[in-house]
Amino acid sequence: MLRLNSIRELDHLREYLKEKRQNYSTTISLCGGTGCQASDSQVVAEALKTELSRQDLEEKVRLCLTGCHGFCEQGPVMVIEPGNILYCHLSPEDAFEIVYQTVINGEIIERLLYTDPISGEKYITEEDIPFYKAQDRQILSKNRKVDPCVVEDYIVSGGYSALSLVLNNGYTPERIVNQVIESGLRGRGGGGFPTGRKWLECREAPGDEKYVICNADEGDPGAYMDRCVLEGNPHLVLEGMIIGARAVGASKGYIYVRNEYPLAVEHSRVAVEQARELGLLGNNILGSPFSFDVEIARGGGAFVCGESTALMASIEGKVGEPRAKDVHTVVDGLYHKPTTLNNVETWANVPSIILNGSSWFNSRGTKGSRGTKILALTGRIRNTGLVEVPMGIPIRDVVYDIGGGSVNGNKIKAVQIGGPSGGCLPAEIFDLPVDFDILAEAGSMVGSGGMVVMDESSCMVDVARYFLEFLQDESCGKCVPCRLGIDRMLEIITDITEGRGTIGQLDLLEELAETVSETSLCGLGKTAPNPVLTTLHYFRPEYEAHIYEKRCPAGVCKELISYSIDPEKCTGCGVCLKSCAHGAISGENKQPHVINTEFCQKCGICRSECRFDAIQVI
Amino acid sequence: MDQQILAHILEGRRSQPNQLIEVLQDVQEQYDYIPREAMQIVSRELGVPVIEVYRVASFYKAFRLKPAGKHILTFCSGTACHVRSSDLLVNQATRQLGIDSGEVTPDGLFSIEQVNCLGACALGPIVVENGSYHHHMTPARLRKLIESIYEKETALKEAEVKVYAEIE
Repeated sequence: MLRLNSIRELDHLREYLKEKRQNYSTTISLCGGTGCQASDSQVVAEALKTELSRQDLEEKVRLCLTGCHGFCEQGPVMVIEPGNILYCHLSPEDAFEIVYQTVINGEIIERLLYTDPISGEKYITEEDIPFYKAQDRQILSKNRKVDPCVVEDYIVSGGYSALSLVLNNGYTPERIVNQVIESGLRGRGGGGFPTGRKWLECREAPGDEKYVICNADEGDPGAYMDRCVLEGNPHLVLEGMIIGARAVGASKGYIYVRNEYPLAVEHSRVAVEQARELGLLGNNILGSPFSFDVEIARGGGAFVCGESTALMASIEGKVGEPRAKDVHTVVDGLYHKPTTLNNVETWANVPSIILNGSSWFNSRGTKGSRGTKILALTGRIRNTGLVEVPMGIPIRDVVYDIGGGSVNGNKIKAVQIGGPSGGCLPAEIFDLPVDFDILAEAGSMVGSGGMVVMDESSCMVDVARYFLEFLQDESCGKCVPCRLGIDRMLEIITDITEGRGTIGQLDLLEELAETVSETSLCGLGKTAPNPVLTTLHYFRPEYEAHIYEKRCPAGVCKELISYSIDPEKCTGCGVCLKSCAHGAISGENKQPHVINTEFCQKCGICRSECRFDAIQVI
Repeated sequence: MDQQILAHILEGRRSQPNQLIEVLQDVQEQYDYIPREAMQIVSRELGVPVIEVYRVASFYKAFRLKPAGKHILTFCSGTACHVRSSDLLVNQATRQLGIDSGEVTPDGLFSIEQVNCLGACALGPIVVENGSYHHHMTPARLRKLIESIYEKETALKEAEVKVYAEIE
């Protein structure tokens, strides 16, 4: 690749590439994100490649292995342009038909189309599918257009033109900062701090050496939008960072990415190298006096490193312990220098704000929460995947219109928003909008945007216990309230789930929660009680059933339930007997089986295996 | 332990304490865990006290201080997998293999590990076997997966024994 020495050279390259791309009559965008790779999209890609070369179509058809399209449940998915035809649940055997029927003859293959599970209706194009229809995919839609490892794809689709704009002589760093302030962009990683204000404070902080950091240490269980954006469109994040560096006056940046995301690590490494080769990173970017470079730092799998000061300690090669933020990191951050740290999604929003203007961005959303937000919609719901919605959309629309409601007709009970720092909100208040301030008032938070839907099969006390266990494990142990407070809360909740709950414990739990939240050093501890407080607030009867009646209404808490086989329903097929690892099931072939409660460990495996719904939980 | 590999990892990073985590990541990639000897060499070459190297290696979940099994079964225990009963899978594996999470089977064939989230939440519950993802996992499918690995390994061993016998 040739180094680009001016903005004009970049424009020329873009024009040249555009012209070259016109030779292609068809583009196949096959999802190669982690989700679809788990469903073997790589094998589908190979089969398509072979088929295209067999038909001598390599020059005419562009096969683009892209990042995540978001519709993970239906994976592997692909979109064929022109026509915007979406095919799902692909297998390598489909390659011939796709090339022969759709690419060559322009016919639609019915059986590969998405079928609505309720109405049975088939949809041809992406935008007609209800899952996509209610979304507003400003960032995610870009994933479909680029192969994350091909910088030319990004440039052709208009990439790095926001950078060109801000490197023009007339465009001052102050103007960039102002534009971001006016856009109303708030941090997408959890805190929701106004991004522009952070940039301004960092810009005004004394010192010549400044840093920008991209936080891709997505540790929230149940959230994976950062992985998808960084993995699927690394240059978009990089462009945002370069613009941010220009705005705050930084010359060095870091992408701190979880090592559990191997594709994201690899793609961001490739992107940085490509950008360096092209002169989009390094000394005198695009021939301007501005110099900036980025390094990749791999995280070590510690949830607490999502906290800014802990993350910075980790980049310095130290143990990821947070420190008191009497002086903010915008003044005293990485290596004690002024540092701007933003989340992947936040950086990804920057290029569009520069290109389209702040009023374009803040035309979406609510007064306090502008723009769009990517949510990871998962759990006991029909359509799971990554969705991007305008801020302010009611939770109900996300769960029912986009998510398609519950699976198996179970009643949806709650949604857990914001990961371990967020809370569980009951179905009765699903009219609440996805808004930083309103969700915080309700005891939860937008957080990073994980949205885990729960139905009647989830026990809310168990959910609270799950999060406390997670947080106890992840607490770095530096400050006492978090280390001991979470421990004690977990002890109490475990007592309740195991039938040892007593009357005064709920009050004690509330009191402890308040203390931990008020006195912990960092965000992890401060928000740790949220899952407990929200479940206590909205689902108190469930706690009371555990304590007073020694009963788990959802049938989850092992000490309070017992398994038995309904002789009426049991056909004696023997699957449960074979599946039981504890030797607790006995019975003759074709005769009703029985569970010996003495040996039963209540693991639930037999129940998940039984095809006749014969295993009951009482 | 091959010193040359370590020397290669340390190249360009010597006397830079801030490279500690990156170096340890590469060490683990090569050896599957962080050997004690490597910690001592890393300490000397980066100029970080051994206790600090150990502190970092034991703080971060990504680092293993003991060798792992030949087949690493990683269970995602993120929220989305949890509400889809990922604990059944851990239960199945621990029972079938007779070890707890975080342990290695005595024959060194399997280890069970848990990770907080693998970021493939829509496809949960997820089990990863040596880097390959298995989605929508059920206890029955897991049982068969483990059985099939066992079968392959046993066949491999028998073939090996045969080859050795022939050589002799």
